[in-house]
Amino acid sequence: MAVPTLRCGFSGSRWTFALVDRGCRHRTVATFNWIRGQSSVAQQPLHTAQKPRKGAQEWAAVVGLEIHAQISSNSKLFSGAEVRFAAPPNSLVSFFDASLPGTLPVLNRRCVEAAVMTGLALNCHINQKSLFDRKHYFYADLPAGYQITQQRLPIAVNGNLAYSICVGKQQREITKTVRVKQIQLEQDSGKSLHDDLRSQTLVDLNRAEGQLRVDANVSVHHPGEPLGVRTEVKNLNSIRFLAKAIDYEIQRQISELENGGEILNETRSFDYKLGCTVPMRDKEGKQDYRFMPEPNLPPLLLYDSTSLPAGADPQQVIDIDRIRETLPELPSETRARLVQQYGMLPEHSFTLLNEVGLLEFFQNVIKETRAEPKKVVSWVLNTFLGYLKQQNLAVSESPVPPSALAELLDLLHTRAISSAAAKQVFEELWKSPGKPPAQIVSEKQLGLLQDREALEELCRATLDGHPQVVRDVKGGNPRAINKLIGLVRKATQGRAEPALIKQILEKQLSSPAP
Amino acid sequence: MSVHASPTLFMAMAAKEAAGAHPDGVTLSASLGLTGGALRVPGRGDMWARAVRLGLRAPLGGFRAFTAKADAQGSGRVTAEVIEHLERLALVDFGSQEAVARLEKAIAFADRLRQVDTDGVEPMESVLEDRCLYLRSDNVVEGNCAEELLQNSHRVVEEYFVAPPGNIPLPKLDEQESFPHN
Repeated sequence: MAVPTLRCGFSGSRWTFALVDRGCRHRTVATFNWIRGQSSVAQQPLHTAQKPRKGAQEWAAVVGLEIHAQISSNSKLFSGAEVRFAAPPNSLVSFFDASLPGTLPVLNRRCVEAAVMTGLALNCHINQKSLFDRKHYFYADLPAGYQITQQRLPIAVNGNLAYSICVGKQQREITKTVRVKQIQLEQDSGKSLHDDLRSQTLVDLNRAEGQLRVDANVSVHHPGEPLGVRTEVKNLNSIRFLAKAIDYEIQRQISELENGGEILNETRSFDYKLGCTVPMRDKEGKQDYRFMPEPNLPPLLLYDSTSLPAGADPQQVIDIDRIRETLPELPSETRARLVQQYGMLPEHSFTLLNEVGLLEFFQNVIKETRAEPKKVVSWVLNTFLGYLKQQNLAVSESPVPPSALAELLDLLHTRAISSAAAKQVFEELWKSPGKPPAQIVSEKQLGLLQDREALEELCRATLDGHPQVVRDVKGGNPRAINKLIGLVRKATQGRAEPALIKQILEKQLSSPAP
Repeated sequence: MSVHASPTLFMAMAAKEAAGAHPDGVTLSASLGLTGGALRVPGRGDMWARAVRLGLRAPLGGFRAFTAKADAQGSGRVTAEVIEHLERLALVDFGSQEAVARLEKAIAFADRLRQVDTDGVEPMESVLEDRCLYLRSDNVVEGNCAEELLQNSHRVVEEYFVAPPGNIPLPKLDEQESFPHN
């Protein structure tokens, strides 16, 4: 029933976390600060006030994110009930999950491994001893009246996550780091469906949906002074709204304090339509959770290769070093490798990794084509991704397989078609999936004119047909030649490269007229 | 949950006080063997108040929230405000003054632990600290008993448990004498 939730900073434009099942959750806390400067006023008030002069002093905002992420496991954190999406209500509930008296929590090994793996991936210190606690509060979807969590000593602490954002007009890419305060394993509450019509709540103890949830804690203060009172903003389910809610809350707190008000330690909710935060019902006043050690669970002990007890049952011990070995290549390593191997820009590596399946697609194209990596990068990130975004498709839903794009890039590479023609072929590939590029080229006669003489004849004919334009060119108008190039291109139906046309035309124009 | 504690140590301390010994010198072992009961120490009202005041600074079973409030009172009594707070937190019913008095004794009883010298001693996090935490394999072995579980519910709608729309707030202390049991 407990789902490990992971708390972390975020990067890119979408969640990179892809977990499937409910039941296990671990929670990490990340904090980052930023300073918001205010313009100073020319005149100072005559009286010396304790409160900051309006607009004169800097404000610093402190934001802590609480991210709840589900662990991909078959069964729940503390019970053997299944973790599955969209099952009939209360069908995945064991006696323990229903909090029937006499039931006890039994820890799921897989969830512990997942939490350790996450801690290692986020550069945390793994606590070889961690403890479980009870957090008490009353709500219909929490039948026990408490939630088992790790408040005193969580499984991992003091990590960090590097991410990159684009700033400024030049869209310069800079790297930032967010601190990860801790990762803890904890239970999930049930799901409540509010039926306002009949004034009742329907409770499903299968466990809450939503593989990734974020709560934001926000406070403001003047640099150098103690931290301000914080508020918690819940009900945020996308990065865009997370950013909006945080921005709004920071502004609200600054305005409130500058007007002599005070900030209440409260829980607020984000109203999507109005774009503002509002106090939440049932959460007035500071919650007192009455934390106590979970009396039914001994401390969780983890080992490493040096401390592993001899002859221990491998099912009953967890070796941090073994888990570290099973970690896949982390995104930062992958990005560095891509930049080094293919000479691509760092921002390209971010885009490749931030889109699910795109890296694999790119690598498959690279494998099958002789085109230069830079060309492949450009086609995948600009053309291919552009088409996907336009039609709101995932990479997995693409009508064009990597092999087709590889073939197309080969045609371009061998100069069998022009780049303009290649774009046309791509459009056709998208519309008629399965048709090989070569076939499209021959059907639509998009192949580059291989006959140089024929092209020269066409150029000659164009020059003859447009004496006025020829005079413009010879008269010194540099743009007039583009018109000629355009005419030749039209005549060749896009089957000649503009650069070559220009070369031939210039040669013909400079040679004396017969 | 009912608040229940025999003020054994408390009596020991009180007894020692009556005999003139300093309360800090009383050891735990000296208190064993005395049974609980209503405590009456004639003529030592101020000592009683001091002992209870000491007691109020102790956490009750690990809950630390209200001690600051109690401390502020200084009278050695647990105030109505604190009682109300506790009742909302834990949904217990301190229906009578005797129950509150019993709570005060229990607090003082637990407070005796503070007089034990624990310098350099690792805190015990769990009485199970010598046990191994059993790790279960990630297999599905239970569930699929919705019908059985739903029989426990007073009201059911299409395999959902039915609950009120939100937490129903308890009435204020002055509005009602006895509190409804959920």
